[in-house]
Amino acid sequence: MNGFLALIARDLRLARRQGADVAMTLAFFVVVVALFPLGLGPTPALLARIAGGVLWVTALLAAMLSFDRLFQQDADDGGLDLLALSGMPLVLVALAKAVAHWLTTGLPTVLLAPLLALTLDLPAAAYPALVTGLLLGTPTVSLLGTVGAALVVGARRAGVLVALIVLPLTIPVLIFGVAAVEAGGAGLPIQPHLTLLAALLAAAIPLAPLAAGAALRQAVE
Amino acid sequence: MSEFFAMGGYAGFIWPSYAVAFGVMAGLLLWAWRTARQGEAEVERLRDVGLDPRRRRDAGVDAP
Amino acid sequence: MHRFANPTRFLRLANALLPWLTAAAVLLLASGLWLGLLRSPADYQQGETVRIMYVHVPAAWMAMAGYTTLALSSLAFLVWKHPLADLSARAASPIGAGFTAIALVTGALWGQPMWGTWWVWDARLTSVLVLLFLYLGHMALTNAFDDPERGGRAGAVLALVGVVNLPIIKFSVDWWNTLHQPASVLRLGGSTIDPAMMKPLFLMAGGYLAVFGIALILRIRALYAERRLRQLRLSLTDA
Repeated sequence: MNGFLALIARDLRLARRQGADVAMTLAFFVVVVALFPLGLGPTPALLARIAGGVLWVTALLAAMLSFDRLFQQDADDGGLDLLALSGMPLVLVALAKAVAHWLTTGLPTVLLAPLLALTLDLPAAAYPALVTGLLLGTPTVSLLGTVGAALVVGARRAGVLVALIVLPLTIPVLIFGVAAVEAGGAGLPIQPHLTLLAALLAAAIPLAPLAAGAALRQAVE
Repeated sequence: MSEFFAMGGYAGFIWPSYAVAFGVMAGLLLWAWRTARQGEAEVERLRDVGLDPRRRRDAGVDAP
Repeated sequence: MHRFANPTRFLRLANALLPWLTAAAVLLLASGLWLGLLRSPADYQQGETVRIMYVHVPAAWMAMAGYTTLALSSLAFLVWKHPLADLSARAASPIGAGFTAIALVTGALWGQPMWGTWWVWDARLTSVLVLLFLYLGHMALTNAFDDPERGGRAGAVLALVGVVNLPIIKFSVDWWNTLHQPASVLRLGGSTIDPAMMKPLFLMAGGYLAVFGIALILRIRALYAERRLRQLRLSLTDA
């Protein structure tokens, strides 16, 4: 347990030192969301209609930004081999990375999204669905992303590759997340969609680190 | 005959479907066959030039 | 070199199969086309467009069979490290992707006259599209490494992760309200399809399977030759 927490703490320290990374992710989020009204015209009705989708898709893309580097630094300086030899199960290494990734990317997204939703005229009734949905969905995305990140260690064009691999896997999260927002805005019950998001998260927590661990095992062999 | 090709007015959907299906399958087979032939021809070529270490060893030729 | 002794024997066997597979493909596809286009009835609801089923459904079946091949090869490669399994996985991807594309395109061409729309984001169509992305992702990943062994192992893990999509595709029409019609051929209570349509459907499916087999064998041969060339060139620089 100590090693697990130490790993998360180390990644968070690194992220704080490279504070620019977290800020860049948030800036990316803001810029991309801003592109939509600029590109489609600022008609409030249109923006309100697409707000849920825009916020969710952009959240996914923002999460993709740091996956290619997730294990690369450790792989480059030999830290990954050390972790593998240290006896700490690679599954836990992967889980620790996912937690650190979520804390530095997913959580800021959840906090920023409602503010951006204001600029997109999202109906007030949809806000709880948006925040809760992102709260449940972004950890799943972080977990799925660690699988992709582990697979592309040492690959060429790892950035694009990891997005190509991970984004299709996140489609169910996207579908249910947006469905929740739209249901909330229309006054329909949001619980079924949130339950499905929770179920996906519950499945991802044990399974994704397992797959990522297997991928890491192949990377250090 | 022409009513066969007209397919009850749906010709614009049915014939392209068959074309796509058989076209893609033909393309796959052609590509697979070409890459197999080219690869195997190249391997044969290198062997004939005497670069196969197995053949060299069997023939008692020293490595250059 | 000795590691490839087995593949050589396997490939000799596979090459012996090729003429039979080719004959089977030609016969099955020809008779399937004959029955499907000329000797089977039009559907009382869909009219002639039902004939698209004979090219669409077998393609969908092969898309899933292709991924099963990919997954089993990947498992064999990770567990037994047999080099032939790596070749088989790499060979299966593009072929499976091709059949998936056929299924999606012919499905759209069937959907427009039948449902009035080229595409709909229901569970069945979306999960088949995800299948295509999985194939493409596998192809990209296996070829993204300078070390082919590493690429093969990474691709194998990805292929196994994506297996979860197969039952989703199969049962999506049962679990969710979808526009795509529910299973009518391979279902628990027996099929509900007209026997006059089943015959050409299964003939075409057999033909598609033969085509898959031929393409797989040829691609394994091509990839094997590529491996040999790489080793020959490496041994050149060593000497």
